[in-house]
Amino acid sequence: MTTTTPLEKDSSPSSEEKKSDTEHSDHRMFGLVTFLVADGMTFAGFFAAYLTFKAVNPLLPDAIYELELPLPTLNTILLLVSSATFHRAGKALQNKDSNLCQKWLLVTAALGLAFLTSQMIEYFTLPFGLTDNLFASTFYALTGFHGLHVTLGSILILIVWWQARSPKGSLSHDNSFLLEAAELYWHFVDGIWVVLFIILYLL
Amino acid sequence: MTLSFPPSEKKPLEGLQPKGWLRYLSFSLDHKVIGLQYLICGFIFYLIGGALAGAIRIELTSPLSDFLERDVYNQVLTLHGTIMIFLWIVPVVNGAFGNYLIPFYVGARDMAFPRLNAVAFWLIPPAGLMLITSYFINGAAQSGWTAYPPLSITTPAAGQIIWILSVLLLGGSSIFGGINFIATILKLRRPGLKLMQLPMYCWAMLGTSILVVLSTPVLAGTLILLSFDIVAHTGFFNPELGGNVIVYQHLFWFYSHPAVYIMVLPAFGLVSEILPVHCRKPLFGYITMVYSIMGIVVLGLVVWAHHMFTSGTPPWMRLFFTIATAFIAVPTGIKFFNWVATLWGGKISLNSAILFSCGFIINFVLGGITGVALAQVPFDIHVHDTYFVVAHFHYIVYGGSVFVIFSSIYHWFPKFTGKLLNENLGRFHFLITFIGFNLCFAPQHWLGLNGMPRRVAEYDPQFTFVNQLSSIGALLMALSTLPFLWNVLQSLLKGPKSGDNPWKALTPEWLTSSPPPVENWLGEAPLVTEPYGYGKKKKIVLAIKSEKEDKENI
Ligand code: HEM
Ligand SMILES: [Cu+2]
Repeated sequence: MTTTTPLEKDSSPSSEEKKSDTEHSDHRMFGLVTFLVADGMTFAGFFAAYLTFKAVNPLLPDAIYELELPLPTLNTILLLVSSATFHRAGKALQNKDSNLCQKWLLVTAALGLAFLTSQMIEYFTLPFGLTDNLFASTFYALTGFHGLHVTLGSILILIVWWQARSPKGSLSHDNSFLLEAAELYWHFVDGIWVVLFIILYLL
Repeated sequence: MTLSFPPSEKKPLEGLQPKGWLRYLSFSLDHKVIGLQYLICGFIFYLIGGALAGAIRIELTSPLSDFLERDVYNQVLTLHGTIMIFLWIVPVVNGAFGNYLIPFYVGARDMAFPRLNAVAFWLIPPAGLMLITSYFINGAAQSGWTAYPPLSITTPAAGQIIWILSVLLLGGSSIFGGINFIATILKLRRPGLKLMQLPMYCWAMLGTSILVVLSTPVLAGTLILLSFDIVAHTGFFNPELGGNVIVYQHLFWFYSHPAVYIMVLPAFGLVSEILPVHCRKPLFGYITMVYSIMGIVVLGLVVWAHHMFTSGTPPWMRLFFTIATAFIAVPTGIKFFNWVATLWGGKISLNSAILFSCGFIINFVLGGITGVALAQVPFDIHVHDTYFVVAHFHYIVYGGSVFVIFSSIYHWFPKFTGKLLNENLGRFHFLITFIGFNLCFAPQHWLGLNGMPRRVAEYDPQFTFVNQLSSIGALLMALSTLPFLWNVLQSLLKGPKSGDNPWKALTPEWLTSSPPPVENWLGEAPLVTEPYGYGKKKKIVLAIKSEKEDKENI
């Protein structure tokens, strides 16, 4: 049946506005999730390529390296802890404790930067370079692409922190989209690292 | 029931935006302006890509490479394919009609993310310009639209790198668009409108956007690795350095088979909108259509290696991909029979829109049949990389998608402009396009079966006559564009007014003025629960009447 019912007019525009405001932030979250699915597919492509290379392109015995585990394990811990601290920041904002929120954000950003530093140290101590062989290239491509994500994430966290700090910033307990978005992204980047750590270092 | 549109954050900007045709050159946030930007921009690239096709067909009228040098031929071929796919069909069937129609269909005032939408569009012109200027500066890429290594690694680097950059930009644009469509269709539906009441094009765009979001990033990642191979001399896909070209092919086709559905699923949706209106019957088999689309989405992700039967694929892989590909013909066939059943016994008015749609149905079925044939390994090994494949995919991409684009332009032109196109000129346009198209591509089946390889500027003299026949067809196709352009120009300048709803259609975009106001409806969005309720006279009148009342109420 075709029906064309005119909608009931809402009597109070202000309540209406408020309602659609929150709805809007939901859409942005939904959009972000869709984007992260896409981003995840890029990693999936890289992982698939790496695993196929490994399965069908055996390296010469003298070109096989044993990766050292201590540094990447430390990195894993750094990122996992940073996910927790970010979560703390979100909780603090919910409790309207902006100061605590800022502190946790700074801790998270520091952990992200620590991760990047230790990644750099690993790069400089590895016995192989980007173009040495297929394994080396794939190693740098995967970790580098992930490192890029961590870099962007750390910048994002600092932006969130800046917004939480300035009184006129766009972050408060009832307008926390920016923080939630950054947090989701950060958890995503951590999750990717765990998969990467397992596939690249442990398998 | 309350109305919950996102606050129109663009309102304050509206005043700053230019009026009139200048809008189409601005960073407009209006989905209708963006839709037409996609359409016009796409059409310009279509003309450029068409000119390149003309150059190819002129070259192929004689067996020797006398009109274009071999290197130039390869560049022209690469540009032609890339432009037609990434700058014409994908942006137009998705971006142009999607942006224009989807907000109407879900009863919204705009897309979910208007800014992202504008950004997605404005990535396209620079990417296209970059691609085309590369031809004049260092020479364009030469390795075809597939950019298979090691060819793409060993041909001149500059053109290939520009090609990669531009495809990355276009892929980004496509992903942003896909995110926007998914969010709009799932999140912005007008209260009271159920998913199963949406016009079919929404389903087609939902399916397509899922494919875009899942597969385009893989292409992006692959092209980034390829660019490392070219610039930094890594060896991902370079056998000389221990790399593996087959992995590139897998990753490439993981995107590019879905990409063929990204080009054709929206066209399916558009046809499903056009047919019911012009034959005054409900769309046949709505529910089966929805399931077919979703079936195609799922299967479309697992058939990619049918492009690689000659790439040393192991037997189990051949078996799997042959069977999966054969299965995809089932939902496709369901859709075909549904369209025929929609037409069956309808009061068909043979106007340009329906002619092009019927042309689509005929061409698409032919392309589908050769597709299923190609999925059979023994046959494919015989004709892979010959003109048979060229004929197959042009039957689908041109005979299918491009015919639908023309059909859609004839159908929605009154909506876009408030003017009518000349129907006789339109029928004439259809006739020449249809004859030209079939004359151009049908003989290529024969060429392929007899072993003429594709992508080569020179060929065995025994193929000369048939190639000339094909080139005559191409000439007709080129000429057929003239009555169309003339028609559009005439209509824009002094065409008769169309009125708001010249086709007496029931889908929501027609239940407002033509062209529509900035936020689509002056009043509330109408709730259209049965967009295909044709043949029920009373209700049509009812729907149109209450829209009038809506306007008067304001
Ligand atoms: C009934 C469904 C279809 C089947 C079974 C099918 C099957 C195939 C197969 C097996 C090939 C590989 C041939 C070869 O390279 O040896 C192929 C090539 C191709 N198909 Fe289809 N196809 C179908 C529909 C489509 C659609 C809908 C499109 C586009 C809108 C399309 C576009 C292409 C293109 C562009 C190629 C050539 C790619 C290249 O090598 O450059 N096909 N098809
Ligand atoms: Cu395919």
